[in-house]
Amino acid sequence: MIGLSEVCAQVPGLAEEQLRAWLAEDWVRPLRRDGDFAFRDVDVARIRLILDLHREMDVELPTVPLVLSLLDQLFATRHQLRLVLEMTDSPFRERLAEVLARE
Amino acid sequence: MDAGAPALAVDVYATYIGRMASNPYQILGLAKDASADDIRRAYRKLAKKHHPDVNPGDKRAEDKFKEISTANDLLSDPDKRARFDRGEIDGAGQEQAPREFYRGFAEGEQGRRYRRPAPDAAAYQDIFSDFISAARASGGPQGAPRMRGQDEHYQLSVEFLEAVRGASRAVTLPDGRTLEVVIPAGLQDGQTLRLRGQGGAGWNGEAPGDALIEVSVIPHKFFRRDGDDIHLDLPVTMAEAVLGARVTVPTPGGNVAMSVPPKSDTGRQLRLRGRGVAAHAGRPAGDLYATLRIVVGTRTDEALEAALRAWKDRNPVDPRAHMTGQTDPMGAAA
Repeated sequence: MIGLSEVCAQVPGLAEEQLRAWLAEDWVRPLRRDGDFAFRDVDVARIRLILDLHREMDVELPTVPLVLSLLDQLFATRHQLRLVLEMTDSPFRERLAEVLARE
Repeated sequence: MDAGAPALAVDVYATYIGRMASNPYQILGLAKDASADDIRRAYRKLAKKHHPDVNPGDKRAEDKFKEISTANDLLSDPDKRARFDRGEIDGAGQEQAPREFYRGFAEGEQGRRYRRPAPDAAAYQDIFSDFISAARASGGPQGAPRMRGQDEHYQLSVEFLEAVRGASRAVTLPDGRTLEVVIPAGLQDGQTLRLRGQGGAGWNGEAPGDALIEVSVIPHKFFRRDGDDIHLDLPVTMAEAVLGARVTVPTPGGNVAMSVPPKSDTGRQLRLRGRGVAAHAGRPAGDLYATLRIVVGTRTDEALEAALRAWKDRNPVDPRAHMTGQTDPMGAAA
């Protein structure tokens, strides 16, 4: 886990001010450690994603929360789907794979 | 994790790997004389389509995106582009540190924090909660089901000494609640603390779930933990090692005086009984092991050098003899 300035040093083109704004907007949610931020790998990857959305994919900043929210829901749904699949037996999975292949 | 899961994604990009072209012009679909604007437009168009984080189900998207990024990096740098055109470097250009994409974490343990909706995103419903409330409304055999609330998982990192000595920490949860977490003395890295009744609300009068807090311990600058014992590399001067000395040793409970016996070698382990992790949960206190490490330092002078030269002539010892097979001039001196 790394602090705020380390993240800025590690991610090319990321300004500390910019990151602080994103934290205030709750786009990135690092852990807290003694009043300081502790960024995990997931947080750093999310920061890179936001930079990509904005700089490489022309997503305007006001639209970023919508995109993040949709992605978070997508990942949550995939995670839930995985949990559901883990509760199923293999004959069911094979049937499901057949059905999905036909879609 | 998904070893038995069916392949849910169709390999749309199977065609791409067939022609893993390392020619950046081909990758971006450009002619050799493309302008900087053409390159940027082509890259953006492809990046939008293939970014792995907007294609979570497609295993090929990451390779494709890397390919596009590498091609763009190369062509948008006039110097590299010229070198590629001259055949001096290949399409991969310079090797880049592998990037870990967000989707690699998003569905794992670390992504949990983002999968629960942010407070202002509460308006977005999801099919599973619809599904669950439908199941709840239809009722089971005995009417409305009663169900204990869900356990909720959190992560917390604590300093090494907090884990050794115990501490109390206020933790703010994603939903804004603050929990007082008592870290018991002797807590181990990766241990999970259970806060009863602090998880999700129960249904129909049942008890709420628990908050499960997985604690990771931040490594210390010089202490290492081995069960209840603590290890430490302790630098000593040549004089202290040869002549013996009374030295001050840091311990989790504060500084302690310790005797270094004369003629102590590097690697010698000295034990301070009961100075490791404090007694906890019915277990006695651990010990602190200081492993001596002789430091020469910069403050040597000619007198020391002269003394060592004289000593060396009197004692032609080879401490590596047992490794090299050469004869130790002093015989079996250990």
